[in-house]
Amino acid sequence: MNRITKLALATLTTITLAGAAQASTLDDVKKKGFVQCGVSQGLAGFSSPDDKGNWSGLDVDLCRAVAAAVFGNPQAVKFTSLSAKERFTALQSGEIDVLSRNSTYTIGRDTSLGLDFVAVNYYDGQGFIVHKSLGVKSAKELNGASICTETGTTTELNIADYFRSHKMEYKAIAFSNNDEAVAAYDAGRCDVYTTDQSGLYANRLKMAKPEENIVLPDIISKEPLGPVVRHGDNQWGDIVRWAHFAMVTGEEMGITSANAKDMLKSENPEIRRLLGVDDNLGQGMGLPKEWAFNILSQVGNYAESFERNVGAKSPLGIARGLNALWSQGGLQYAPPAR
Amino acid sequence: MAVEAKATSSAPRTPVWRDPAIRSLAIQALLLVVVLGAGWWLLDNTRQNLNRQGIASGFGFLDHTAGFAIVMHLIPYSEASSYGMALGVALINTLLVTSLGIFLATVIGFFVGVARLSSNWLVARLAAFYVEALRNVPLLLQIFFWYFAVLRALPPPRESVTLFGAFFLNLRGLYVPAPVAASGFGLVLLAGGVALVAALGLGLWARRRRVATGQDFPAAAVSLGLLIGLPLLVAAATGFPMSWELPALKGFNFQGGLVLIPEFVAMVLAISLYAAAYIAEIVRSGILAVNRGQTEASLALGLSPAQTLRLVVVPQALRVIVPPLTSQYLNILKNSSLAAAIAYPELVSVFAGTVLNQTGQAIEVMAITMAIYLSVSLAISAFMNWYNGRNALRER
Amino acid sequence: MDAQGTSQGPILPPAGVVHGPLGWLRANLFSTPFNSLLTVLCLYLLWITVPPLINWAIIDATVSGTDRTACAGASGACWTFVKMRFGQFIYGLYPIEERWRVNVVFAVGILLVLAALSPRVPGKLWSGGAFVFVFPVLAYVLLGGGLGLPVVETRLWGGLMLTLVVATTATVVSLPLGIILALARSSRMPIVKGTAVVFIEVVRGVPMITVLFMASVMLPLFLPPGMNFDKLMRALIGISLFASAYMAEVIRGGLQAIPRGQIEAAQALGLNYTRTMGLIVLPQALKLVIPGIVNSFISLFKDTTLVAIIGLFDLLGMVQTASTNPEWLGSSVEGYVFAAFVFGCFCLAMSRYSQALERRLETGHRRR
Repeated sequence: MNRITKLALATLTTITLAGAAQASTLDDVKKKGFVQCGVSQGLAGFSSPDDKGNWSGLDVDLCRAVAAAVFGNPQAVKFTSLSAKERFTALQSGEIDVLSRNSTYTIGRDTSLGLDFVAVNYYDGQGFIVHKSLGVKSAKELNGASICTETGTTTELNIADYFRSHKMEYKAIAFSNNDEAVAAYDAGRCDVYTTDQSGLYANRLKMAKPEENIVLPDIISKEPLGPVVRHGDNQWGDIVRWAHFAMVTGEEMGITSANAKDMLKSENPEIRRLLGVDDNLGQGMGLPKEWAFNILSQVGNYAESFERNVGAKSPLGIARGLNALWSQGGLQYAPPAR
Repeated sequence: MAVEAKATSSAPRTPVWRDPAIRSLAIQALLLVVVLGAGWWLLDNTRQNLNRQGIASGFGFLDHTAGFAIVMHLIPYSEASSYGMALGVALINTLLVTSLGIFLATVIGFFVGVARLSSNWLVARLAAFYVEALRNVPLLLQIFFWYFAVLRALPPPRESVTLFGAFFLNLRGLYVPAPVAASGFGLVLLAGGVALVAALGLGLWARRRRVATGQDFPAAAVSLGLLIGLPLLVAAATGFPMSWELPALKGFNFQGGLVLIPEFVAMVLAISLYAAAYIAEIVRSGILAVNRGQTEASLALGLSPAQTLRLVVVPQALRVIVPPLTSQYLNILKNSSLAAAIAYPELVSVFAGTVLNQTGQAIEVMAITMAIYLSVSLAISAFMNWYNGRNALRER
Repeated sequence: MDAQGTSQGPILPPAGVVHGPLGWLRANLFSTPFNSLLTVLCLYLLWITVPPLINWAIIDATVSGTDRTACAGASGACWTFVKMRFGQFIYGLYPIEERWRVNVVFAVGILLVLAALSPRVPGKLWSGGAFVFVFPVLAYVLLGGGLGLPVVETRLWGGLMLTLVVATTATVVSLPLGIILALARSSRMPIVKGTAVVFIEVVRGVPMITVLFMASVMLPLFLPPGMNFDKLMRALIGISLFASAYMAEVIRGGLQAIPRGQIEAAQALGLNYTRTMGLIVLPQALKLVIPGIVNSFISLFKDTTLVAIIGLFDLLGMVQTASTNPEWLGSSVEGYVFAAFVFGCFCLAMSRYSQALERRLETGHRRR
């Protein structure tokens, strides 16, 4: 008995001592050899696994960009699929290093959950999808409707605000899993299914007869979706933020995964700086100087990622809209790389 | 040290480390140190982690505005209510589904258990099939089955199945008329109260008379008549002072009346049918445990088969039935948490789901959730233990 | 049975009993008017449920083809879905070329369990010991990789395989923990007993979902930064702790069934606590509770479906994911029926076994 106890105590002390040396997320990630990235349980275009378990999507590309920046290898990521209600707890607890799961940036989440939103990789707004047979043309006609949604999302709160401010009645049926919410809507449990507009297009693909459902034109909220990190580790926050900005800057300068190698020989000082030919912009973040080159050559720029995941080349077929570059009338704007 | 002790003592004594009392003390002290140490270690880690990340803590969030709607609430609740109210709504929904589940599971389980012992071959086989089929399939699967299979089979609101133009069944649930009290309804309630008191008195009187004279009085039937008849009589005399609010199709859905949402129905169905399969087995073994001589003796004394079952077999079977029945009741409570999967707004879904996600205070929310389950569990088992104690064989 | 023949002469069959099928019908289905009514009702119930079910599941069902279009016209079940996704339902996303490893683990496990539990095979101690000590190591290496085998990450584990891995691990881990807890609970030392009682009652008083949620997303909050385990590992720890509280109660039942005289006799012979328990009480008690252990394995096996809620894809989770795939929309009923069938077969086989065992182990120890 005594010997076992001693052994247990010894183990306990070792663990305590090992834990006492607090490591930054970057050191931690380097030690592990991969980035643990929290993603959705399957949202086409943003993060969804194929039938072999390989993830793809806009949010997934951001994780891959971070891995490319840190390791020069976009495959050094492990994905944790999380429901909306688990996601922030998982990040707080340290189960994941970065949460890239179409999460809306709000003041409450940014300031009191112990988390930081570091970028916006998709500007969205909440919309509604209804069965065509209902003959509804606008969200203002939804008085008395039953609405399917997912628990623990901003959508749950937005519909409450929207219906209250328009003095309309509604019944919210909140599922803990998005697929079940869609399935229940599809089975006719609700008149309306609501989520971010991009998600409506993605989820429409999961319905039995996609063409019999229409997305209403109304957008009832601002939904800036972006990656989240734990509060207090600014270096890691910088890395994730600049991984996104590098992709946006890449688009701006016309650097693609195809031409990145040639761009190394470019005469343009901005491009040379970004790709680490002349300067080492990665130093301040603890990254190698070719961090942005790795992102752009291995993952691609923002336009490439957008088009292959949610844009015209994907089944979703969403237009750039708000997510076009600032120079083309959109909101995607990266601070200068200098 | 032990060697010294041996040397100094005059008589051959048990060495200290083999003294049971001292050894027991040492083990307990060690365990205490380990448990407290581990607890302190976990607490300290948590505190540090929370501080480091700037996560809010404390229970103040319960007063904040919740801002989300709950589809089914038995107490007044709106988006402007607090998280505390949301907790209350969720808790009541959990208790509702649990108590209804317990009631239905007991009734169904009792019938199926008796049916398994039926002399009718077909009935016994069917009951056995029911038990095996439901016991061996995971509850979560059954919940999904009831929810999605039943949901698919129902018509949309505009094609509702209707009964007398007052009851409507559709995808959104079962709509029934809601009673609305008019003036003078108080009298009817009063009559109900009087009938209840009278029925209780009658029961006591009938028992006393039976003990004293041995004569039986059909107290149950008379009480039932009183409980239904008296309020009905008063209501008729005052001209039925209440109206019924009928559900009516307005816009997308039915408005007015009372509604049982499909999530609730699916949950109650799944949870009670599942538990009933276990309870049926408990009831069966309970009845089998009663010596057959007891039945024969009571029949020989001239009791009717129904009386034999009610007065002789069941009270004795209950002693065997109640302890395992208690753990089934606890299982029903714990299984009610699976309702989160089909959007029935109970404790895990609303409080440990939406509220946890919005406040981010995982530790406080989970602590409250677990404490609630624990205390309801303890309350159920305390009640069942008390009931069992009343029924227990008093050995002389 | 109840009519004990006490007469001296030959026992004659009672008068007025008709033998043969007609007699059987009269005795078993139509003995009284009430019984006849019940029989008719049951027959009607069977008539309205069974034929449509058979039509749907067998006669009108589709098995051919490789995608949903094969089932387009059929009114019955679309088993094509189950056929095409069968591999995923059983192995999850485990790489196809490595699936033989899972098969080997299953086969060895089943052989060992059969050897340890069936009455005719000798060497119980060896096979049982191998199952508890050697098999987990073998399974770990074979399933996870290492020693020259390619590594298969746990995120790829799924389907029935994950269900079995979780249920088996939890049972094997909870056995020793359960024994310790049960012994602690029946101890006379107040602090030891108190700790065990609090642990057991708290765990048994809360739903498994909450324990799983804590283990899967909150655990790192209680640990120093940097300490991290695999997601599956954490779920396993949570489920094992949960299971050990239930196991402790099963084992306590066995301990209580051992007559006190056994302990007193052992003490009189001069055996200390460890030896009394290890050599006298536990072997008898554990033998008695084998049916109980099998039963708790069955309920664990079914409860494993809850891991779907924390993002691990067991059989049920896999069925759900597969049926939300645009290719197979609307196939969820077939998937659920298949999952129910698999669970039903496994659980029924195990519960039949445990009932048979219970009858065989009835050695008269049990106190009434």
